[in-house]
Amino acid sequence: MTKTSQTAGFARPDDFYADLLAVHEGLTKAESDALNARLILLLASRIGDADVLKDCLRRAKAAG
Amino acid sequence: MSKIFETPLYPYVRSADQDAAEPVRHPVIIVGAGPVGLAAAIDLALQDVPVVVLDENDKVSFGSRAICFSKRTLEIMDRLGCGGDYVDKGVLWNVGKVFFGDRKVYDFNLLPEDGHKRPAFINLQQYYCELFLVERVRALQAEGRSIEIRGNSKVSAIETEETGSRITVETPDGPYNLACDWLIACDGAGSPVRRMMGLDFIGRVFEDNFLIADVTMKADFPTERWFWFDPPFNKGQSALLHKQPDGVWRIDLQLGWDIDKDAEKKPERVIPRLKQMLGEEVEFDLEWVSIYTFQCRRMEKFRHGRVIFAGDSAHQVSPFGARGANSGFQDAENLAWKLKLVMDGKAPDSLLDTYDQERVYAADENILNSSRATDFITPKSEISRIFRDAVLDLSETESFARPLVNSGRLSVPAIYDGSPLNGPDVVSLPARTRPGSPAVDAPLDGGWLMDQLGGGFQLLGVGCEVPESLSVEGIEVRGLSLTVPGEALAARYLGEAAQAVYLLRPDQHIAARWTGFDVAGVEKALRRALGKDMNPTMSKEA
Repeated sequence: MTKTSQTAGFARPDDFYADLLAVHEGLTKAESDALNARLILLLASRIGDADVLKDCLRRAKAAG
Repeated sequence: MSKIFETPLYPYVRSADQDAAEPVRHPVIIVGAGPVGLAAAIDLALQDVPVVVLDENDKVSFGSRAICFSKRTLEIMDRLGCGGDYVDKGVLWNVGKVFFGDRKVYDFNLLPEDGHKRPAFINLQQYYCELFLVERVRALQAEGRSIEIRGNSKVSAIETEETGSRITVETPDGPYNLACDWLIACDGAGSPVRRMMGLDFIGRVFEDNFLIADVTMKADFPTERWFWFDPPFNKGQSALLHKQPDGVWRIDLQLGWDIDKDAEKKPERVIPRLKQMLGEEVEFDLEWVSIYTFQCRRMEKFRHGRVIFAGDSAHQVSPFGARGANSGFQDAENLAWKLKLVMDGKAPDSLLDTYDQERVYAADENILNSSRATDFITPKSEISRIFRDAVLDLSETESFARPLVNSGRLSVPAIYDGSPLNGPDVVSLPARTRPGSPAVDAPLDGGWLMDQLGGGFQLLGVGCEVPESLSVEGIEVRGLSLTVPGEALAARYLGEAAQAVYLLRPDQHIAARWTGFDVAGVEKALRRALGKDMNPTMSKEA
């Protein structure tokens, strides 16, 4: 139904997860929040497609 | 230093109407001699509708107020006969700088598209805008047109009936009564007419206060638009610096909602703030300071029988994007031709309902844009501030983030997609000139397209011939054949097509288009544009 369900996911999931944690290391909560926001904007700009972005927003909300 | 706002421009003069035994009846009374009321009056006078403008004051507006006038406004002023005054006096700008905290994050150039007579924007104090309109009124009077401004004439009561209104006017000589067939209320955001009629003004989306200051600088300062998010001199708020004519700079400092207005306006409070903003060494004089409160809201309906609201009386937006006065002029031009045709019996009364439909649609678009800018400038939650700051931090090095920075989306005219007046379209022609759009300018041999369009129904043949004149339903349609279109005209009106025929309304919005001339098709589209054979109501989704 949606394009996101067809994406490949992660080639090396553990590496990505470790990198994600590492980039936050030593940051305060406020600094981490700011970094996360920048990261979301950067990733969203790489996706670009409005339908995929809307679908991601919906899925992120539904999963919580 | 300019102090034209201190001189009475239309001082009170006793009218013969005040000595009449019975209230004198006028075809059209306009309440409010602000930009929108004056533009509506001039537009009607040019169509030989006698018009009386009443204003409670006798001067142009105090201080700069509206300062950014859009290309569409300049095109409307060209049609009304004073666009040159605006452009000659106005300040042109293209470069903007965006600051976040104590640093500049990026700058931009508006890079306006070539091939337009008028620039994307000019900066001009509202008092000049009004002055030029008043001068145009005087010129029309000298030509013998029936147009009158009555200063110090405050409408204090209104009684509406099916065929018009009866009003009471307060003057220095006491009150008198008038009657009119049509009343246009251009009396501003606090509209006394709206209040006296007990009408709604709903949708308070946002409230804020701005300190607005006009300063004259001793030294030169660049002709650029500077916008600050969260600057050190105005923590947690925003600020704007913009150049105006006569070496006057306009400064807008956002103050937030819960403030002591009287304390904030005091020079001892204002001047240190401005010094912090401009730099200690910059010498300036404070010409005018005011606190401006805005809300985003509109009336549910702009037309109430024979009383019609236009400009801020009908809708109010935040100042970000210059969507107040610019949209008010579009109200005035949308209304004037429709009212004229209805008054002449050439169009059904329901044509005026389309003023309401088209301009409510435009107001919603303006409110949406200005509310979004407001949400960006003043984040309303912790997470929205985090995202806003993230956008600004990224914008310094990542160009993708710059389109997300929203310090106001500058006014563009509404495209009346889905208007009941729209006729047939050919979707393969360029989208920017589809039915509902305002005509797009293009250079012609030795001139400009917009200057050829005038203010009546107009047929435009691009790459083909159309008749010089057609008479349909008692309406004269003038034809303009541009058989050898230049590059810009072809790009804007033809795209890949070899020829196209456009029908334009008197407000220069496109009513219908075809790829060839067919008299029956034009007649049908004209009937629709007159409100005689309308489409279903416009949809918001269009």
